[in-house]
Amino acid sequence: MTTANLDTQRVLQVDNLSVDFATQQGAVRAVRNVSFHVDRRETLAIVGESGSGKSVTSLSLMRLIEYGGGTITADGLRLRRRNGETVDMMRASDRQLQSVRGSDIAMIFQEPMTSLNPSFTAGVQIAEALQLHQNLDAAAARAETLRMLEQVRIPDARAILDRYPHQLSGGMRQRVMIAMALSCKPQVLIADEPTTALDVTIQAQILQLIRQLQEEMDMGVIFITHDMGVVAEVADRVLVMYRGEKVEDGTSDEIFSAPQHPYTRALLSAVPRLGAMNGTDAPAPFPLLEVAQAAAGVAAVPVAPPTDTVRRENGPILQIRNLVTRFDIPGGILGRTQRRVHAVEQVSFDLFPGETLSLVGESGCGKTTTGRSLLQLVKSQSGEITFDGQNIRTLRGSAMQRLRQHIQIIFQDPFASLDPRMTVGYSIMEPLLIHNVARGRKAQDRVRWLMDKCGLSPEMIDRYPHEFSGGQRQRICIARALALNPKVVIADESVSALDVSIQAQIVNLLLDLQRELGVSFLFISHDMAVVERVSHRVAVMYLGQIVEIGPRRAVFEAPQHPYTKKLMSAVPVADPQRRHRQRSLLVDEIPSTVRALGDEPVVQPLVEVGPGHYVARHAVGKYS
Amino acid sequence: MSTPIATSVAAPAMVAPARRRHRAWHKFKRNRGAVFGAIVVLIFAILALFAPWIATHDPLQTSFMAIRKAPSAAMWLGSDELGRDIFSRLVYGARASLMAGVVSVLIALAVGVPFGLISGYFGGWTDSIISRATEALLAIPFLILAIALAAFLGPSLTNAMIAIGVSAAPNFVRLTRGQVLSITKEDYVQSARALGASDTRIICRHIFPNVMPPLIVQATITIATAIIAEASLSFLGLGLQPPTPSWGSMLNTAKNFMTQAPWMSIFPGAAIFLAVLGFNMLGDGLRDALDPRQEK
Repeated sequence: MTTANLDTQRVLQVDNLSVDFATQQGAVRAVRNVSFHVDRRETLAIVGESGSGKSVTSLSLMRLIEYGGGTITADGLRLRRRNGETVDMMRASDRQLQSVRGSDIAMIFQEPMTSLNPSFTAGVQIAEALQLHQNLDAAAARAETLRMLEQVRIPDARAILDRYPHQLSGGMRQRVMIAMALSCKPQVLIADEPTTALDVTIQAQILQLIRQLQEEMDMGVIFITHDMGVVAEVADRVLVMYRGEKVEDGTSDEIFSAPQHPYTRALLSAVPRLGAMNGTDAPAPFPLLEVAQAAAGVAAVPVAPPTDTVRRENGPILQIRNLVTRFDIPGGILGRTQRRVHAVEQVSFDLFPGETLSLVGESGCGKTTTGRSLLQLVKSQSGEITFDGQNIRTLRGSAMQRLRQHIQIIFQDPFASLDPRMTVGYSIMEPLLIHNVARGRKAQDRVRWLMDKCGLSPEMIDRYPHEFSGGQRQRICIARALALNPKVVIADESVSALDVSIQAQIVNLLLDLQRELGVSFLFISHDMAVVERVSHRVAVMYLGQIVEIGPRRAVFEAPQHPYTKKLMSAVPVADPQRRHRQRSLLVDEIPSTVRALGDEPVVQPLVEVGPGHYVARHAVGKYS
Repeated sequence: MSTPIATSVAAPAMVAPARRRHRAWHKFKRNRGAVFGAIVVLIFAILALFAPWIATHDPLQTSFMAIRKAPSAAMWLGSDELGRDIFSRLVYGARASLMAGVVSVLIALAVGVPFGLISGYFGGWTDSIISRATEALLAIPFLILAIALAAFLGPSLTNAMIAIGVSAAPNFVRLTRGQVLSITKEDYVQSARALGASDTRIICRHIFPNVMPPLIVQATITIATAIIAEASLSFLGLGLQPPTPSWGSMLNTAKNFMTQAPWMSIFPGAAIFLAVLGFNMLGDGLRDALDPRQEK
């Protein structure tokens, strides 16, 4: 099993790795002849879009992909063990593999909720790995577990030890996962999208933690991600994968400043960079480069200069005043309401025709609930929603149904929001039928026109949603939302689930449609860099309230509220030169919006600090 | 039960109904199990329909000379305890048994599915009342409930089918309600609501087609239960009146002669088994054919 020794600094060397999956159509090669290595204290980022084979590669390193039906072929998968020996994972016995996994090479996954067993406490799960690999007795394992939890900077580690996963926040769960993975001091840590499911401020903490632990423990880290911002933040070297092949590798600086392969160049052209819009007022599309163009050496097509689409002369199309939405949490034996989630608290804003207003904030800040309250998809308690001069918050039944012609919504997951049993043509046509706008041939023509506008071939009218790619499905949802010529479209995280190049295309499509049709967008997103691209104005939400609202340029270039500043500084920037090196290690959590009955939150009035730029005057920590 | 499902699912496809039906039929044809199931069901249907021409003897004709005779050239599947020809009784019995199986399940669907849809979709008080009533019915054993209902309605095959159908309905209510609860949370239902669709439209166009798959499976399984239940009711004199044959009643008498005359139970048993298998495979095939996601 021991083969040619590795260079002393090298902890992992992969030669010509290929992975096949048997399908009904024959073998599919998911990874093709990929070679790379990782040294001590080094972070290698493997980047690529969904389906590029990056996760398959990482699972192959631990020989776990065989449990998912894959077949590995490789000239070598050499790993340095803790005791200095080299083991070739391709030739190791099952027993050896078991002793290597978790102790010499460990892994953290994307979804910390499902990776932890819900029926055991955090402490028991970490101790398990220690007892398994290091033959510690229960008491020693518990002591070591406590030490590990302290090492991953969990405040009040002794209490966390005895908590169950559901009692922990997402960030805390990911810390527990990291503690578990690192408990046996592995030589190599594989992190598969470890921060994708986390909020941006929590993500910043976790990224920093991984980096710090890497230095303390002398590990090699393989970081798998689709987020170029995260790559720039953490990686020493980058390996770019495309359709199962390695297309390029090099140091982070090389990849970001002088990408060689056309695919890398196309990819980077689609990455939103925070700060890229400094000095401009209007939204602007991405200067997208397609792979074929990049290969031919064509420069990105210069985008049309932004045109001002906002029409302020007739006042706002949508006016929200003091909107309040709360959810009751029943408790006790009688099921009476004991506590409430204060999802939206006294939110006010205007939306003008042709304008894009973005609602940004982290999970639980109420941005999605605000969007749904406007359409009465959730019930709001008080406030005024004025659309075109009419208060619509209290509209019921058919009056509300008619109003929905004018305000449409696009959800995050395009696949889930299309009925799987309807052809896409019917899905797009349905709003026309519901509101009796058009039938038969006329409706068909309108559907074809919409599909064409949204960049879909009208020949696809009879296909079903599962026959499309993610980006095409989102185009279908956009076409459906636009079928009735709405005045306002609520885009609820509509580009968050898409690959970065698709995301850029959809953003460009939305901007095109706005210019052409004059539609207003309420753009709900957690992604500051995308928001910077698309918005005229931005509202930052925190714990159900708007803490800052103003022109995009003012909010991004001169943020006033402490929370806005914190949010901006946490966003990873896709530029290794601007890496946040000296950030203090933070462990603070976002407070809860659940409050007891009668415990009303304080809502600070917004103060004007610039033209149209309003800020709530309270410090973040003072809120609760 | 196949026809109403096929049309109700295909109906919303106004864009290209022909293409959709064609596609479903094409997929069905390629599914060997489904075709086998369809053929089995078809054969039984032919037996039932053309019984007078297919049967070799009068199914009610008793004969003291031929009591419990093993299968022979004259009596292909042997004879029963009164000397009646088992093959002929099986052929005639297909009428009552298939009727009992299919019609009872259709009644169960017709009663159960609407209640399930309403209960799951609207929630609140409506849901509480329907759910409590369903649970109360489920607490009573299926057969006891059917017997009580049949006794109340009076003895006849029609009443037995109604009794069985109504007794089986609570299961369909629960199954439908559970499916509706999960589908209502799907984004495409939310989308339809955001488009301004009415409740009726959402239920008929978006929820109903998507609750069908598990219902089809449950329905085919319930056919077997219904065939047996019909036999039990008949045995108690609450269903089909003797001497009219049904598979279940044949099996019921045969169980007293298991060792002396095994053919008396083997053949009706095999007929029920085959019919259930046929319906089951047909149901699975229909479910797959009507699901646009299952593409080869």
